Amino acid sequence: MLPELGQFALILALLLAALQAFFGIAGPHFRKDRWTAVVTPAVAGQFVMVATAMVCLVASFINFDFSVLYVAQNSNSALPLMYRVAAVWGAHEGSLLLWIFLLAAWTVAVAIGASRLPQHFTARVLGVLGIVSFAFLLFTLATSNPFLRLEPAAPDGRDLNPLLQDPALAIHPPMLYIGYVGFAVAFAFAVAAMLEGKMDQTWARWTRPWTTVAWAFLSIGIVLGSWWAYYELGWGGYWFWDPVENASFMPWLAGTALIHSLAVTDKRGLFKSWTLLLAILTFSLSLLGTFLVRSGVLVSVHSFAADPARGMFILAFLVIIIGGALSLYAWRAPLLKSQAGFEFLSRESFLLFNNILLIIATAVVFAGTMAPLIADALGFPTLSVGTPYFNPSFIVPVLPLLALVALGVQSSWKRGRLGEHKRRLLVTLAIAVVLTVALAFGLFGRAKVLTPVGFVLALWIILSSLADPIDRWRRKLSVSRGVLGMTLAHIGLGVLVMGVTAVESYTQERDVSLSPGQTVTMGNYAFRFNSVEPHEGPNYDGVRGDFTVTHEGRTILQLHPEKRLYWVQRQALTEAGIGSHWGSNIFLALGEDLGAGKWSVRLQIRPLVNYVWISAFIMALGGAVAASDRRYRSAKSAAAETVPAVGGAAEGKAG
Amino acid sequence: MNRFILPLGGFALLVLVLFLGVKTSPERSTLQSVLIGKPAPEFTLPDLMNPGRQLSSKDWAGNAYVLNVWGTWCPGCRQEHETLLRIAQLGQAPLIGINWKDEDSLAHEWLAQLGNPYAAIVSDHSGRTAIDWGVYGAPETFLVDSQGLVQYRHVGPMTMEVWEKQFVPRITGKPVDPS
Amino acid sequence: MITRAARVVFVVFVALVSVWLALPAHAIDTTQFDDPVLQARYLKLTHELRCMQCQNTSIADSHVDLAADLRREVHDLVKAGKSEDEIREFMVARYGEFILFRPLVNARNLWLWLLPGVLLLAGVIIAIRVVRQRSGLVAQDDEPLEEETGR
Repeated sequence: MLPELGQFALILALLLAALQAFFGIAGPHFRKDRWTAVVTPAVAGQFVMVATAMVCLVASFINFDFSVLYVAQNSNSALPLMYRVAAVWGAHEGSLLLWIFLLAAWTVAVAIGASRLPQHFTARVLGVLGIVSFAFLLFTLATSNPFLRLEPAAPDGRDLNPLLQDPALAIHPPMLYIGYVGFAVAFAFAVAAMLEGKMDQTWARWTRPWTTVAWAFLSIGIVLGSWWAYYELGWGGYWFWDPVENASFMPWLAGTALIHSLAVTDKRGLFKSWTLLLAILTFSLSLLGTFLVRSGVLVSVHSFAADPARGMFILAFLVIIIGGALSLYAWRAPLLKSQAGFEFLSRESFLLFNNILLIIATAVVFAGTMAPLIADALGFPTLSVGTPYFNPSFIVPVLPLLALVALGVQSSWKRGRLGEHKRRLLVTLAIAVVLTVALAFGLFGRAKVLTPVGFVLALWIILSSLADPIDRWRRKLSVSRGVLGMTLAHIGLGVLVMGVTAVESYTQERDVSLSPGQTVTMGNYAFRFNSVEPHEGPNYDGVRGDFTVTHEGRTILQLHPEKRLYWVQRQALTEAGIGSHWGSNIFLALGEDLGAGKWSVRLQIRPLVNYVWISAFIMALGGAVAASDRRYRSAKSAAAETVPAVGGAAEGKAG
Repeated sequence: MNRFILPLGGFALLVLVLFLGVKTSPERSTLQSVLIGKPAPEFTLPDLMNPGRQLSSKDWAGNAYVLNVWGTWCPGCRQEHETLLRIAQLGQAPLIGINWKDEDSLAHEWLAQLGNPYAAIVSDHSGRTAIDWGVYGAPETFLVDSQGLVQYRHVGPMTMEVWEKQFVPRITGKPVDPS
Repeated sequence: MITRAARVVFVVFVALVSVWLALPAHAIDTTQFDDPVLQARYLKLTHELRCMQCQNTSIADSHVDLAADLRREVHDLVKAGKSEDEIREFMVARYGEFILFRPLVNARNLWLWLLPGVLLLAGVIIAIRVVRQRSGLVAQDDEPLEEETGR
């Protein structure tokens, strides 16, 4: 009963999305207020239907309904409750439903939050979101229905992929999708503006908080995946430039550029066509990511089951949605010109450089990810692109970018006046250099070529970001949430660079074979292998190792790496034993039983690797704080009428 | 005006590439051998059926032959065994087997039970020869022509369809079915 | 119903069986060279070569038999004094460019390697043009900014 209800709800949702799309676009276009008024109820209705479908699927999982094919493929009678729920989005069909659900939720949020905006604009935004919803719902119902029945019902399910039976990975897709879908909102705002024929500073101000929040969620989603890979995949890596990782990283890079470009458009009415294009680009990359993961065109560690028919379908709607938006852009963007000026070392300049460098970084990741596909399309022998390409290539735009961040945060709008801050800049740089020398040579005792560069940039960014707020605080001036959020986010960036630099420079790694009672040393640490014992879990059997870690003689950690054999899918997984000591991560993974009690073991010491993951949370926090700034909720800015785009700078900055 | 059309143009190119990618993805699920058109790698390995003796690839040079890489541990090899027996019966080209990463006793048992389609079989215990042939997953079947050049490789269980469409034309010199 | 003893036996059996099945989710490669230069070369290459049976793993990190065989090949070649390029050539001659995670620097792939530099150059040119244009406009632009500085 429930699955049929769920399916029926999806069909209704499809119809409501169609209404939402049609009336959202046609109503304002033909100036029929009665049509426009249909949009909000359609949005509400679509959400209710989609939520119903979602509840039906979740219930089917919780109740072990193995007569539903998707449940039978991804669940099992021994699966714990938490993972039964997470299994809902564990494979293709369910993850699509999650996407649709989150999109419907965001749409409702926009309908409520944007209620103070002019009705025809909001209607257009909701209309565009309706088109996206419609496309995804159609795709789901036509090719990826999660409610298909299995007859006769399976006696038991095939179990959720053991790799996914993990808290971090359970929450990773929802976080990612909230981000991807949030960028759909920015996209919808951009298309609505192009449809209106008006795009000015108030538009940018409306769009900013939504985009920043989406970006924050995407940051967390990406980093959860990275953290999971670190402790689950067993070899201590945190980023592999895998196509699916890149598929989430590219929208993040473009989204970062978008946030910054929006700031310039908001403040000075500049970079309008950049901002429009970035909004389209960011969402396009989100959609492209969806395509790459599900269509089978790329080889990756974690693509969903490949299916060319699905690939064609997604490609078709990529063409319609993105092609449509870009055509609109080609038509409308030439009208957007402003006469505002700025000096060489002004904040606008720095944000221009920021935009350019982030786009280059996105292009490099894109090229590397797509190169195998391009080689195939041109009939060349199959190519393979991995870390040895991405690492050096990515640094080319990013290193200058990091230097510019430290400088740019102290620049002022319009007029350079960077010279006024010369002292502050030099002092912060000097402190960064001193700290770096102390760290690299004092604490660690050695360095690779890029190590001091990385540390100096990271520390300089952090100190430089703090300079302005601290100065204002000392002068008893208010520090707005916008500034506070920005500062936090940039500090987060600095923390990320610190972490990456430390890990890439100072990681120690050894693979050894050990007998019980044997000790091996690495760096200042000693690892004693005590024992390996059988150990059982709710749906797996395994062995659990016991290791004592000492640092300069003193015991600091007991680690328990495991190897698990999951009953149903008969897949063996490694759970690394991980502990922290003074900012370093101690990582221990069991390899193979070599017989006679001997085991091969991987030992790693990874300094500051936790910074990589903490940084994303700092950045996300910064984003959240910035988005909650009073300016975005000011009734004045909302009530201000839009101004013709041509000649843009006039009263558009009202509020 | 130019720079506003640029994104659309770039997107069109991307769509083309993706379209080709999706269309060709079934064919690209297996890798094309880089040995095609090149001389077949030579080897000298123990004869599975005659312990103590060695066979060399030179022993069957001069005529076209089919090389099949298999193991008793490989489910696809079990699947294709009937087809291999039929191909051997047709007698269009001798079937040479490389028993890859396997145990001789298990291989003997298997052939005794299921039949032996091979004109000759060698054992590659170390896997070095398989690496020379660029083997990455069993079963794989190669066609080597009378000049000793590799003409084709099929990855996965052999079927009569693949034999007729891809191998036979190349043996007899008739045009190959493009599908 | 299942007695505790049977459970223990089952677990031990699983642990033993697990030695036979292809199990670890990663390979622990305890290969050692006496010469640190050779060791470094070995590690570099095994991390750059793709495991042909896995989806996106290097032979250093893969647990499958083929990866172990390929590691052994690399070991033998390194021991025989072959250079990095020679070893890569060896692998490419058998498996094609697909086995390398670092694309070869040849005419066909040059665009990929040159891309970051070329884009950076293009970016600098664009930046200079835009900044020139906009700083020229500062004089006529007398529109006041909002009070808050720094944002």
